[in-house]
Amino acid sequence: MLTRTDRFRRLQRHRLFPLIPLVAVIVVLPLLFPSAYYFRVAALVFIFAIAALGLNLLMGFAGQVSLGHAGFMGVGAYAVAIGPSQLNIAPLFSFVLGAAFSALLAFAVGRPILRLRGHYLAVATLGFGVLLTIVFTNEAKWTGGPDGMAVQQLAVVNWTLRRVSTWYWVLAASFLVSAVIALNLIDSPTGRALRAIHDSERAARVLGVDVAQKKLAVFVISAVYASVAGSFFALINGYITPDVSGFLRSIELVAMVVLGGMGSVVGSLIGSAVLVILPQALTIFHDYEHAILGLTLMAVMIFLRRGIVPSLSAALSGSHK
Amino acid sequence: MAAFLQFTFSGLTVGAVYALVAVGFTLIYNASDVVNFAQGEFVMLGGMVTIFLGYAGIPVPLAAVFAVFITTMVGLALYRFGIAPARDASAVTLIIITIGASIFLRGIAEIIFDKRFHSLPALFGSDPIRIGGASILPQTVIVLASALLIVCLLWAFIGRTLYGKAVVATSSNRMAATLVGINTRTIVGACFAISAAIGAIAGVLVTPITLTSYNVGTLLALKGFAAIMLGGIGSAMGAVVGGVLLGLFEAFAAGYLSASYKDAVAFVVILAVLFAMPQGLFGKRMVERV
Amino acid sequence: MTTLAAENISIAFGGVRALDGVSFEAARGKVFSIIGPNGAGKTTLFNVISGLSMPDDGRVWLGGEDVTVFAPERLARRGLSRTFQNLQIFSHLTALENAMVGRHRHESTGLAADLLHLPKVSRQNRMTREAALNALGRVGLGAMAPQPAGSLAYGDLKRLEIARALATEPTVLLLDEPAAGCNPTETKNIEAMIREIARDGITVVLVEHDMRLVMNVSDRIHVLANGHTLAEGNAAEIRTNPAVIEAYLGTRNAAAEAARAFG
Repeated sequence: MLTRTDRFRRLQRHRLFPLIPLVAVIVVLPLLFPSAYYFRVAALVFIFAIAALGLNLLMGFAGQVSLGHAGFMGVGAYAVAIGPSQLNIAPLFSFVLGAAFSALLAFAVGRPILRLRGHYLAVATLGFGVLLTIVFTNEAKWTGGPDGMAVQQLAVVNWTLRRVSTWYWVLAASFLVSAVIALNLIDSPTGRALRAIHDSERAARVLGVDVAQKKLAVFVISAVYASVAGSFFALINGYITPDVSGFLRSIELVAMVVLGGMGSVVGSLIGSAVLVILPQALTIFHDYEHAILGLTLMAVMIFLRRGIVPSLSAALSGSHK
Repeated sequence: MAAFLQFTFSGLTVGAVYALVAVGFTLIYNASDVVNFAQGEFVMLGGMVTIFLGYAGIPVPLAAVFAVFITTMVGLALYRFGIAPARDASAVTLIIITIGASIFLRGIAEIIFDKRFHSLPALFGSDPIRIGGASILPQTVIVLASALLIVCLLWAFIGRTLYGKAVVATSSNRMAATLVGINTRTIVGACFAISAAIGAIAGVLVTPITLTSYNVGTLLALKGFAAIMLGGIGSAMGAVVGGVLLGLFEAFAAGYLSASYKDAVAFVVILAVLFAMPQGLFGKRMVERV
Repeated sequence: MTTLAAENISIAFGGVRALDGVSFEAARGKVFSIIGPNGAGKTTLFNVISGLSMPDDGRVWLGGEDVTVFAPERLARRGLSRTFQNLQIFSHLTALENAMVGRHRHESTGLAADLLHLPKVSRQNRMTREAALNALGRVGLGAMAPQPAGSLAYGDLKRLEIARALATEPTVLLLDEPAAGCNPTETKNIEAMIREIARDGITVVLVEHDMRLVMNVSDRIHVLANGHTLAEGNAAEIRTNPAVIEAYLGTRNAAAEAARAFG
């Protein structure tokens, strides 16, 4: 006879359980928003949370590192910009093409790059991201150069996505879908293989895991996540510049992952929230934005390496003893 | 022929800066296994602090000395507050810490200074010397000579003095060095300080030619890294050769191929070296114990 | 039947000849031990057999197939598994999850199915969990299943690695110093485990320093010194072989020392 506590325990162990409080917050939050501005900030939080989630799969779970991930955001962003305006491809289709191209690019460079480890991998991915930014900056005929280019709004048949409150729901749903996919992956044979690779590639190999193939798979998946986020970013802003794929952007993504918690899906949302909301909230400190980002990164890596969510949950479970 | 010489001269000039950045990288990497991303900021600070002290009325030579001193302190602070507290952090964690430091220093520079480009007066005037149809600035000669001098001084220090030997000991095996009584914290701190000084000097010397602004550090650090990859991580000789070669590649690529993709050369070099010859030209292959 | 054979294995690192013309055959259901002083090349030999190193010369045969150039993951699919001398536990995973990774080669869902969590993934997870629990039970770690591996005691971790390797359902199991750092009770447990594993029909190849364990559990013993084969035989033969005694102990008072060491 299952007691209520037993049933709750069972539910708690279900892989999608962390999403329940999340859905509650997402539904309730808009009721508290006093103006459209808040919807926009929340929308941006979701966008970066999707990118951070992808990067978290790569860094937090599989234990790799990418300091150039914003490059893939750039690919997605420029895809939805160039497609409709230069190639007459519908925005939605451009969106999909951007993701497909990111996947292809990740597949192509991933195999050689992922053979590297530690700071070699870090710098190789960094170099890759900067290379993409240089291309976006130089090929002005396509990309509008350093000043950027305008982006047509997302339109499906007759309906155009215009209102920022609609964006909120679209992006919240997109983030939830991304989170479900990520949680699915984690609680699966591939997910276990990736987590094993994080701790010992050698042991994973002797147990039959094709390490190279798995690393490539998670790299491609995380590239698609970044591309999707980048496309959304371009569409909601109506404009993009090459810094969407820049070094600083890539480092911000890393900061979101480490701050929220490596290996925590909810942490990706928290990390994104902190790094998107704080600069908006502290506009007086706008000039200090970079200094604060740098300091935050250092402080987290020195003192709170596991990130907010894992540290919190460890503290909470510790207090139950 | 004149074009070729011209490209060679400009390549050597930037190459000398890259070489100095790379030497700074190598010193810190050898002593502590840290790839110090903030190395580029040391160069930026050398130039910018000199310039702004100059605006404040201090004669340039004195300002330069102060700038080098201040940057050295910054280097020490980076070690003391950024690296030393992060005990047994992984290589990637350390790189992220130094990236954080680099962004922080950039952010501070943005506020204290400004976002424009600045310059310094050249040491022996700005009339170019003509050689074989190409012209070379006297400042370039000074940069090259100083780079050579610094590397020789460093080599003498490492090879001939007791402190230098302590640095070598710390690089080879930190635990063993501690066990024989070497204060490794002091040694590593000193290496950060020396690297910062070298970077600052490079910044002061090269600003008359390339100008400087608050954000030159990032690209410089990346190019310095490309230089040590090319030369072989951990090798001082490799750092110099790698830096000069990178400068030449850049100049020739910009001259004969495409000027706007000049900055891409360093990254192509990084990726090419990592895939074809990861240990670089002079690097040592590490054998890992299973 | 010979399940694992090494033929004339040679490998050099830099100027050092780590292995020189080493050959042996291990039979099904038997315990084959490789012993030798430190630096004799035992772990190097394991690395060659398990695909982590390529020999300069020689061949490795698994079930009659030439597997010399096979990568570790390919060998795992052919039924070869191993443990590590310096423990390569997945410390961020629980003990159960460690064993579950051992089931990897028997799992058949694909990436797409995993991403969408199709019903077959739930089924696979359930089957994997059961098999993993079984493997943990075989080494006596059933109760530790939900514990994070990083928090387990050293002796338990040694057993966990064995459980993980057993979960792959190997035909050949390489054990690299399973009793290293273990106290007498733990060592006795490992001894019993090894015998049971061999009884189940698995070919066990053991590298070990604990002589009592080796003498008690081995069907054949192969002695390595400085990269060459010194001797091969059963426990009694090896124990009294003068060359072996000299390699380990030097010649002074060799007989007395041998009696004391080998009991």
